[in-house]
Amino acid sequence: MGEKIMVKGTEAIGEAAIRAGCRVYFGYPITPQSELTEYMSRRMEEVGGVFLQAESEVATVNMMYGASSVGARVMTSTSSPGFSLMQEGISYMANAQLPGVFVDVVRGGPGLGDIQPSQGDYFQIVKGGGHGDYRLPVYSPSSLQEAVELTIHAFDVADKYRTPVVIFADGMMGQMMEPVEFPDPIDPGSLPEKDWALTGAKGRNARYVTSFDIDPYKLEKMNKNLQEKYKKITEEEQKWEEFMTDDMEVLFVAHGTVGRIVKSTVKMARDKGIKAGLFRPISLFPFPYQRLSELADKVDIVMTVEMSAGQMLEDVKLAVLGKARTPFYGRLAGVIPTPGEILEALMKELGR
Amino acid sequence: MEHKLIAAGFGGQGVMLLGQLVATAGMIDGKHVTWLPSYGPEMRGGTANCTVVVSDEPVASPVVDTPNEIVIFNIPSLLKFEPTLDKDGILVMNTSMIDREPSRKDIKVIKVPANDVADKLGVLKAQNMVMLGAYIEATKAVSFESVIKALEKKMTGKKAKFLDVNKKAIEEGMKIAREQLG
Amino acid sequence: MEKVSQEAMVIAKMPESLSKKEFTYCPGCHHGIVHRLIAELIDEFSLREKTVLVAPVGCSVFAYEFFNVDGTVAPHGRALAVATGMKRSRPDLFIMTYQGDGDLAAIGTAETIHAANRGERVTTVFINNAVYGMTGGQMAPTTLLGMKTTTSPYGRRPEKEGYPIHVMEIMKELPGVAYAERVKVSRPQDVPKAKMAIKKAFYAQLLDIGFGIVEVLSTCPTNWGMDPVEAGRWLEENMVKEFPLGVYVDKVTEVMKEKGVK
Repeated sequence: MGEKIMVKGTEAIGEAAIRAGCRVYFGYPITPQSELTEYMSRRMEEVGGVFLQAESEVATVNMMYGASSVGARVMTSTSSPGFSLMQEGISYMANAQLPGVFVDVVRGGPGLGDIQPSQGDYFQIVKGGGHGDYRLPVYSPSSLQEAVELTIHAFDVADKYRTPVVIFADGMMGQMMEPVEFPDPIDPGSLPEKDWALTGAKGRNARYVTSFDIDPYKLEKMNKNLQEKYKKITEEEQKWEEFMTDDMEVLFVAHGTVGRIVKSTVKMARDKGIKAGLFRPISLFPFPYQRLSELADKVDIVMTVEMSAGQMLEDVKLAVLGKARTPFYGRLAGVIPTPGEILEALMKELGR
Repeated sequence: MEHKLIAAGFGGQGVMLLGQLVATAGMIDGKHVTWLPSYGPEMRGGTANCTVVVSDEPVASPVVDTPNEIVIFNIPSLLKFEPTLDKDGILVMNTSMIDREPSRKDIKVIKVPANDVADKLGVLKAQNMVMLGAYIEATKAVSFESVIKALEKKMTGKKAKFLDVNKKAIEEGMKIAREQLG
Repeated sequence: MEKVSQEAMVIAKMPESLSKKEFTYCPGCHHGIVHRLIAELIDEFSLREKTVLVAPVGCSVFAYEFFNVDGTVAPHGRALAVATGMKRSRPDLFIMTYQGDGDLAAIGTAETIHAANRGERVTTVFINNAVYGMTGGQMAPTTLLGMKTTTSPYGRRPEKEGYPIHVMEIMKELPGVAYAERVKVSRPQDVPKAKMAIKKAFYAQLLDIGFGIVEVLSTCPTNWGMDPVEAGRWLEENMVKEFPLGVYVDKVTEVMKEKGVK
């Protein structure tokens, strides 16, 4: 680890990818993530990597498909409308079992929406916006240091399970600055060889990487393999943070930057004598249902806060299973909720 | 102690840079810091603002409802942020740009004719550094030494020649605040 | 003497770059001929161990299985984006796409034009049979005027369905293209010419000149509702008129001469 430096979120994630040994980046400009694409255009040249601005997000994701299939650690970043365009390719990558890291700096929607921070793409990112039975590991960082760590982790998870992985960021995460300590870079040459990659059939039989089998019985087998993989990911890759949950009477659930805002609400509530706590899922798939369920046993209210109309709320309800009330507070369209207004919403819920 | 600062003005007045310097200086001082800009179309010509938190503890929310310190560069920003300032909070205002009085009586006000001061130093653009000086003197949020170190990090290459005049502008701002604080 | 004559008797053998899998194409379809030409060239250039083939969505979706080289299937129309990702990451590999008219010139138009314009060092073989084969004979971007398909049952009319698109003519305008030629394989004497064209497109990549593409006018007896002989005649009489054969871009021959490559 080096010294702490002040960086923007977009740069923190870009540099983390470089440190993770990523040497191939494809992207297309879209606010509010263009600075990440710009950063990579500079940095890839410096480290002898590949940067290419594609003609569209559709082309971008397919360039990732190609790069990944020949064994490269590959990344792109985009924002909501761009991520919509990538869904087809992501579905192909999922079934072809191709690793790759996608950074989605989510903005207000639907449609053209706006360019302010939002979490309104939770369903698309977490539940799968493309076709077919697939899941994607999704990580939602709440600080830039965590964004750095999760970006590096995302590459490892992508390679380990041969799957696309998403970093769920928002415009706030992209634009804010915070001190960050980067780990030492990984030498891309030191990464283990991928024994499935298309590297030319030298001294071995020809290999195919496809998302396709016309025979339904064979495709079903491929599908089942994927499901086995998702089961393993569910068992092994859950991440979350608990904040002041030991003696809590009320539990908040929030992810990403909102999770961090709610931490201030928790402190404000405690100043008023309300013992609040926070459960912050870091992996959204796999969602930490079990732990949230355990925490729900201790409280009467599990309040979800999102920058959406209530999407993660559905997962919270699946975890709580009616054991506690599950009110919701959300802001839409890129409006960032403040700690104070969240507290007000809680007070209303408590009837105070 | 947690310093929750909002700096606001027109785009191009150096509001964002002021905030970044406070945050970077805080980091050098060993504090936990965040810098969060308002961004988007409004940055061009409209009002621009950023929120900086400097804290002894890890920063929870980078978003602030009630800042305890505001640095204000123009009238629209005064109208927008003065009402949000915490009781006993500190308002640093650029009186070269703002020809009216703040309405609150429960806050501390530092009046800085920043443009005039910077103009006298020969670099009008350094008015944000005058404001920065007044801010750090009035709040003690970050140390002068660390601000200078942060400035050195920012002002490299072609900009390095402005280092001295910026330093001078910060000192002038500090002097003005000191006089008013008594 | 005896030995020599036995060797001389081997006038055709299966290219090593084809897998043992039998083609599943319809009788009279030209995919098989073109597959063989590609495989022969991969053999002749000793490229088998460094080739990755990108198959499209369409009748040739299985192409990767028929070749004895590494391969994948791109999403419909995206073969040249996939190939770009491969070649940029591993410039040492030989990257080919094999695409039909719907894939390359309708849904994949943007990917095609931009890969060509960037001069991606990849080689594309483009099969134009004026119809969507795999989905059952629907109108293609290259369907001729007046031609009836399952989605242009009244014949293609310019005022309703627009005109057939001319890919080689478009390629001519793109500076990144190093080689572009339109050929056919409907008569025996066409086949060596087509092979030479594909060879030049290989060289466009191998000599690091730019993008290489060969369009092969092909029959689709099944969806045209003709027998193979009739389909061949129809191609000669109609398609060649609409899509003139010939070299559209050649920056390869000169470089070959300079470098003394035959």
